[in-house]
Amino acid sequence: MISQLSWKIGGQQGEGVESTDRIFSTALNRLGYYLYGYRHFSSRIKGGHTNNKIRISTKPIRAISDDLDILVAFDQESIDFNAHELRSGGVIVADAKFGPVVPEGVDAKLFAVPITSIAEELGTSLMKNMVASGASWALLGLPLEVFNKAVEEEFGRKGPAIVEKNIEAVKRGAEFVLELAGGPLEGFKLEPADGKQKLFMIGNDAIGLGSLAAGCRIMSAYPITPASEIMEYLIKKLPKFGGTVVQTEDEIAAITMAIGASYAGVRTMTASAGPGLSLMMEAIGLAGMTEIPVVIVDTQRGGPSTGLPTKQEQSDISALIYGTHGEIPKIVLAPSSIEECFYDTIQAFNLAEKYQVPVILATDLQLSLGKQSCEALDFEKIQIDRGYMVKDIPDREDSSMFNRYAFTENGISPRVLPGEKNGIHHVTGVEHDEAGRPSESPVNRKKMMDKRFRKLAKLDVENPIHLHAPHAEPDLLIVGMGSTGGTIDQARLRLNGEGITSNHMTVRLLHPFPVEEVREQMEKAKKIVVLENNATGQLANLIKMNVGHHDKIVNVLKYDGNPFLPAEIFERCKNAAGNLTQEELVKNGNL
Amino acid sequence: MATFKEFRNNIKPNWCPGCGDFSIQAAIQRAAAAVGLEPENLAVISGIGCSGRISGYINAYGLHGIHGRALPIAQGVKLANRDLTVIASGGDGDGFAIGMGHTVHAIRRNINITYIVMDNQIYGLTKGQTSPRSGEGFKTKSTPEGSVESTLSPLEIALASGATFVAQSFSSDLKQLTSLIEQGIQHEGFSLINVFSPCVTFNKVNTYDWFKENIINLDTVPDYDPSNRAMAMSKLMETGSMITGLIYQNKEKKSYENMVHGFKEEPLAQQSLALEKAEFDKLVAEFV
Repeated sequence: MISQLSWKIGGQQGEGVESTDRIFSTALNRLGYYLYGYRHFSSRIKGGHTNNKIRISTKPIRAISDDLDILVAFDQESIDFNAHELRSGGVIVADAKFGPVVPEGVDAKLFAVPITSIAEELGTSLMKNMVASGASWALLGLPLEVFNKAVEEEFGRKGPAIVEKNIEAVKRGAEFVLELAGGPLEGFKLEPADGKQKLFMIGNDAIGLGSLAAGCRIMSAYPITPASEIMEYLIKKLPKFGGTVVQTEDEIAAITMAIGASYAGVRTMTASAGPGLSLMMEAIGLAGMTEIPVVIVDTQRGGPSTGLPTKQEQSDISALIYGTHGEIPKIVLAPSSIEECFYDTIQAFNLAEKYQVPVILATDLQLSLGKQSCEALDFEKIQIDRGYMVKDIPDREDSSMFNRYAFTENGISPRVLPGEKNGIHHVTGVEHDEAGRPSESPVNRKKMMDKRFRKLAKLDVENPIHLHAPHAEPDLLIVGMGSTGGTIDQARLRLNGEGITSNHMTVRLLHPFPVEEVREQMEKAKKIVVLENNATGQLANLIKMNVGHHDKIVNVLKYDGNPFLPAEIFERCKNAAGNLTQEELVKNGNL
Repeated sequence: MATFKEFRNNIKPNWCPGCGDFSIQAAIQRAAAAVGLEPENLAVISGIGCSGRISGYINAYGLHGIHGRALPIAQGVKLANRDLTVIASGGDGDGFAIGMGHTVHAIRRNINITYIVMDNQIYGLTKGQTSPRSGEGFKTKSTPEGSVESTLSPLEIALASGATFVAQSFSSDLKQLTSLIEQGIQHEGFSLINVFSPCVTFNKVNTYDWFKENIINLDTVPDYDPSNRAMAMSKLMETGSMITGLIYQNKEKKSYENMVHGFKEEPLAQQSLALEKAEFDKLVAEFV
């Protein structure tokens, strides 16, 4: 019996890869396994190779694996493209229809199952996904009843006849492969899981759910990969709460509509990726200048320009921090797990209103789209803090306006919503006085700039960093952000096996930078590896600028569109731990 | 009930003496009083340019945003609090050049706000460059040999985009302008009012006298029917859009807020944000 296994399905986009994955993983989730998914897909609808990989484990996991145990292939391209990933003795389940061949040099067992023929015999080739997932399920020696229940739920609303057909397809796939293999495969049998059902979702789902919990009632957004799932989720849910999603004409309208709604008192959000964020920058400056709270999600993807729209990258960091003209206070928060996607979304709304600033929630494609098990979400932890809002303002003797931008000790001024009697004030992106009237006075200008920045002087963010620091003086401090944490932890186990001690720090608050928390850990380590999915080391530069220790920092970068694998991190950290300098490492091709 | 004086504040506009924008400011104040608004229930959202400053010159809630984006901000305000009367305002450059995309889509979306364009056919605040509303051959600092680009006809575009309320006025005709703004506010859905507002400093062609000579008041056109979209379109084409009055109104179509599934009748801004435990559990259960 094994405690974990990796499974992948490949085929042409639009061929049922997604649905096979969904039904297979839903059934596994039902048994209580921990799952971590990875989607390889292209920016097109039909055609082009696509594959989904799931890691299945009896213990929590947050990373894809280096290798693969089972590959399900709908075409030869899927075999040719993915077979190198199979571990020695791995299994290929392929559609007999195309006469599958195991590539030379690959040590794998091939089971050719007439996937398409069985589906067509049962009425439609659409049921290929059922035959394929049934075959996969059977090889693992898992109980078919659980799978059938998942099928019932997936197809129940289409009527009993459809359910029955699909169950039959699963059964036929299972029977056929078991006959070929002579029963479930030894060495592929999974230990039973704990039976406790986990939540199973993508980061974008968790953000959507978090925004509902936070009281978000309007979302204005423009479709873009990999952010669209958030608006698609919320348009299904918000009408129940009286709100809505507005699909705007562009991202500039999305952010300015969110600013308008937020100004008028509704918690509002927009979500996009790099190209959309670029368009929003001027308006983010307006929110900063006018102190209107707003939440912006950036699901980072491969840039620049259209870049790699369906691939992993973490290259918006600098743009998110510096990307508006002039200087405004803002908060950039980077959740590093599916649970944090939920809690940080709630936190983002609270921070935005508490400090009256734009808050950017930065994920990356793997975190936003990788489907994974999620620990139970705690209702008790949902808290709503709307900050310094005033109501029922007493009449004033004179006809002066309300001092919405009053100079206060902590810089946070009383916020009043339109509709409130005696609260009338002006709001403008022009530099302004306490009542919001345009002002070019140098004295006022300086005071206002200082007031706005003073708001973040005592910023209170939950867990600005995460730390796994078992060593007092580690050989390495590995620093990452976003979705890379789980993979780093896997690599650290291997580093430990080689006698290289490491601590792990995840930076969650990218701006304002948590200098003291980070400094303390950096000082203890002999060397610091900053690991990120971009070409120029944006996180490392941020650390160098804010904390220092330039001489100790080694960049580990990956910007080919794919997430880090544990083995890569292991190798590169091992090299980094040696005595070579960064230049020498680069020259030797070690980094 | 508030009088129009209560919509005044003590801020002196920075417009040039004689600018058409003064009358538009007055007309908004008069119309707001005439429809029975209190200052705190009005929000004026404006763009950038000379005209964009108008939100600061009216005693009401106001937001002076960024260039070309008054409309999406105004729509956001209205969605958040549908009890507010929301007026968006800005110049022809703001609404028909940099913000044209938003104008067309705000028209299509039909959220219940009123958009007043202060159309002077020139860029004033940047000291005299061509605008999409400038006439062909119009000489400006950016078109010293005369503009060769076609003059935009925003009202024809509005009709083609499904507008439910299209009007045009002239800043000298305070009575007509005030009445049109009142009608625009009372219209359910998006109302567009384009107002000829002469720039006395940089536009020496489209002057007060020029407008007086060239515009046709629809009140003087026999049998004009503002509920007839085809008639509206042909009148605009026939006159080069030089007509004033209510050009088109569709009273049948409901506003966005009244059509969108599930949208609350009471202002969203006044709702409780708290999620019930049972509701939360139901949402979470979908991910099991």
